[in-house]
This record gives sequence, C-alpha cells and structure tokens, in this order.
Amino acid sequence: MAHDSSDPIGHHGNSEMVASATSESRMARYVLIGLALCFVGLFVLMPLAAVFTEAMRNGAGEFLTVLGDPETFAAIRLTLLVAVIAVPLNLVFGVAAAWAIAKFEFKGKAFLTTLIDLPFSVSPVISGLVFILLFGSHSLLGPWLQSHGIQILFAVPGIVLATVFVTFPFVARELIPLMQEQGTSDEEAALSLGASGWQTFWYVTLPNIKWGLLYGVLLCNARAMGEFGAVSVVSGHIRGLTNTMPLQVEILYNEYNFVAAFAVATLLALLALVTLVLKSLLEMKFSEQIAASRRH
Amino acid sequence: MTASTRKRWQFRQPSVIPGFGLALGVTLSWLILIILIPLSGLLWRSSALGWETFWAMATDQRTLNALRISFGTAFAAALVNVVFGVILAWVLVRYRFPGKRIIDAMVDLPFALPTAVAGIALTTLYAPNGWIGSLLTPLGIKIAFTPIGIVIALVFVGLPFVVRTVQPIMEEIDKEVEEAAATLGANRFQTISRVLLPGLTPAVLTGFALAFARGVGEYGSVIFIAGNLPYVSEIAPLLIVIRLEEFNYPAATAIAAVMLVISFAMLLVINMIQAWSRRRYGYGT
Repeated sequence: MAHDSSDPIGHHGNSEMVASATSESRMARYVLIGLALCFVGLFVLMPLAAVFTEAMRNGAGEFLTVLGDPETFAAIRLTLLVAVIAVPLNLVFGVAAAWAIAKFEFKGKAFLTTLIDLPFSVSPVISGLVFILLFGSHSLLGPWLQSHGIQILFAVPGIVLATVFVTFPFVARELIPLMQEQGTSDEEAALSLGASGWQTFWYVTLPNIKWGLLYGVLLCNARAMGEFGAVSVVSGHIRGLTNTMPLQVEILYNEYNFVAAFAVATLLALLALVTLVLKSLLEMKFSEQIAASRRH
Repeated sequence: MTASTRKRWQFRQPSVIPGFGLALGVTLSWLILIILIPLSGLLWRSSALGWETFWAMATDQRTLNALRISFGTAFAAALVNVVFGVILAWVLVRYRFPGKRIIDAMVDLPFALPTAVAGIALTTLYAPNGWIGSLLTPLGIKIAFTPIGIVIALVFVGLPFVVRTVQPIMEEIDKEVEEAAATLGANRFQTISRVLLPGLTPAVLTGFALAFARGVGEYGSVIFIAGNLPYVSEIAPLLIVIRLEEFNYPAATAIAAVMLVISFAMLLVINMIQAWSRRRYGYGT
C-alpha cells in the first residue's frame, strides 16, 4: 500500500487515485519537505546552534566567568530596567488604543491604525536618530535641557524612549483585531445591569482579552529587551552604565572577545526561546482568545 | 428636508460604551508625543537644510551606493523569502512530518531573537573558517564580508513575513476548488500553478513587501556580516550611524529622510495591496 495511514506525510486518503488528484506525488512531497527543512535548518537552527556552541567553546567554566563579570551584570540590569519601564507604558497605550478603535466607530479610524503601525516601517537606526535630533546639543531642546541638567541622550531616559518608540505597536496590534472580533455585547450587558465603566473594563473586558494581552506583552518584551539599532544610536555605549545586553554583545564581539560575546548572546537566545515556547503554548491553549493565531 | 432627517456629519457614531474620550485621548497624546513629534522633527530638520544642500547630500556617491546596496540586498532577500516562504508555508499547512510543530514555532525565531545575536551567529557560520564558510571557501565562494552576506542576514530577518502572511490563506483554501480542477482534467501542477497560486498572489505580495521593508531598514544583523566596506557593502542605516559619529547631522538627517519617505511609500503600497485583495479575493490582514 503506497499511502496507508502509517505514511507520515500522506495527509489523507488511502487510494492512489485520490492522492494524485488533490495532492502531490510522494516524490514531490519529500522534495518540498526536504527543501523546507533545509531552509529552516540553514537559516534558523544553525545560527541558534552556533550561539550555544561558540559560547561553550572553552568549556562551561569560562562561560560562567563571563556571566559573572560586573559589566555583564550591569548590562543585564539595564536591559531589565528598560523593559520594565517600556513594556507597561506600551501596555497601557495598547489597551487604550484598542478600546478606542475596537469599541467605537469614528472618522479617521483606519488612518489612526496606520499611524500606530508606523514604527514597524521605520528603520531602527532612524528611530534612534529622531531622538538625537530632538534632544541633542544641536536641537531646539538641547540647550534648555543642558542648562537644567537634564540628561536624556546617552542615559537611561533616551534608551527607554527609543525602546518605547520601537515597541510602540506590539500590544495595540494584538488587541485591536481581538477586541473588534469580540464586539461590544458583553460590555453592553454589563452596563445595562448597572456596572460602571471601570467595573465593566475590569470584570468583563479584561478577562476576555487577558490571553491576547499576555501574547502582545510577550512579543513587546522580547523586542524591548533585544532592540539593538535604535538603542545603539542613543546609548553612547558607556560601559557599565548605558550598555544594554545587545550592545554588550556588540562591544565584546568587536574586541574579538568571542566567547564572552556569545555567552551574553546565549542569555538573549534563551530569552527568545522562552518567548517562542510561551507564544506557542498560548496559541495552542487559548487560540480562540488570541487574534494573532487566527491571522497567522 | 429638515435638519433631523438629513444625515449630519458626525465624528463618531453614538454608543453606550463609556471611555471613548479617555481612551482616544491617551492614544493620541502618546502617539503624538512618542511617534509623531520625533518623526516630524526629522522631516522638519531635513527641510531646514534647504533643497540644494539636501539634494547634494542625498545624491552623494557614497550615500547613493549605500541606498542601492540596502534596497538591492533587501529586494534579493525578499525574493528568496518568497520562494522558500511559500514552500515552507505549503509544507506546514499540507503535510505531516516529524518535528512539524517545532519547525512551525521556529519560523518565528527571527522575530524573537535580538538582531545583534543573529548577526554574530550568522557571521560565525559564514566566515571563511565557519561551519558553512569553510565548506564554500574551497569552491571560491565568499559570503561573509560581501554583499551576499548582507542578503543572508536579511533572508534570516525577513523569513517569518512571507510564511506568516501566506500560511493562514493557504489554510482557508477550499479543498473543493482543487477537486473541481482535478475533475476537469487538470494535472496537479496545473491545479497548483493556475488555480491555487493566483489566489495566493496578494498574500505573497504583502509578505514580500513586509520582508522588503524590514530588510531595507535592518541594521543589527547586517553590520557584523557585511564587512562594511564603503561603496561596496555599506548599508544606508550604517552610513547614518557613521555620519552621526562624525557629528555630520545634516548628512545623517538627509539619508534618514530619503529612507523614511521611501518606507512610507512602501507602507502605502502594502495598504493598497491589502485593500485590493479584500475587494478581489475577500481577505486581507
């Protein structure tokens, strides 16, 4: 039997006739699967494997020494700090934007949605540059900030601003289609039973969107912690002070300190893997409460 | 006609749901503060340069080469992603094979992996002494530190876009369409090329445009593998950074403004493709 059910890639049908009419020959299937696996292997799995093997090149001892380095520690702390500020800001914005766009009909809604997506089409380097032009010493605000002793560029506020800019659309983008699909009937019911606006939000809307919200926060956080281009432009690369983990990776790499660079990169790769696992879990368990898994 | 029967212009349709003012207020202020003021600052600064200065900076030979390299490599990488992205999406939607779940999840790795990490990993692989580079060096093929290296990095970065835009559309293809084509005497190749692929065109175009747009602006994953030789393998975002480090703000601003305008034009094209596909095929993201 050519296509019995034990055939791992015969997706349906037991007879050769059915299989050949609406699916490819066995040969074509193996070739396509082979091509797809080679592509993913070459471009995704091998780079990932390279990160871990390069970090462990001189054994686990050196790997751990690098991670114990105070500069690395400072970079980890700064990365966490930036994410802890930037993600909640965009979370609040995302919920507000989704509430306005999904629950109401108003003029210019499509345009507003396009504006929210704008940061996705801006190069990360430009996302950093705009803040240099806004707050740098040559700018309008620069001299004023300087005379008041406010440091934005080459300091934490600049890094946070650039990160907020880059991760701006993530939560809104996930919530808007989800809340549009859920409509307004649940909220209307709650309101007609006497709930206040905030009560409706906390007890009706939020439980409906919580998994989608978590999904958006997850992606937002991954980008916030991993952002390189925008942060690199505004950070000034001051060691131990304004280096986030991705910047630390770059500095170590450019100093030919490859093991250390890859050791820090390992932490970021683990973050990416944890993000992917959680993302897949959310998609599997709560697929009907996540907009992206229907879009995807 | 009285005022009450005439359809009056309304900013928003009435609704019992509260919080419109607050939600829209928060949204607009945050949008203006974080996105619109900084971006218009960039455009304002470039217009303050004066047309002639701006034109001289934007058409400087090194800038032109950098823009050509950025757009050329992004285009090539998006093409590679279209071919393999469609194959990958097809395989994930239609076939069962061991490890499929993991492969499906790994498609999103380029979204989740910080670009600097991807950059150093790819460089290590494709450098002349790397796992892949050492296989290619005897054949006389050099990838790292050439424009081909840039394409490799951009293929990685753009990989999820085509797959994730095409995959949901493929999932929705009605099996009956294929059966009808087969009944009418089409062989499998004809069914795929004449019946299935045309319906996927808008999704493929959207995926291509998204991957292309992302590739043009990409910085982190490229700078390690590119070699960054001026006029040869120096991308436009890197040139912006170099000009900034030279405190040549006008030049950095001019290059950024050119890139920004082209990106917005591409965003418009993406929106038009999606509007067209909604009308023509009844779907669109």
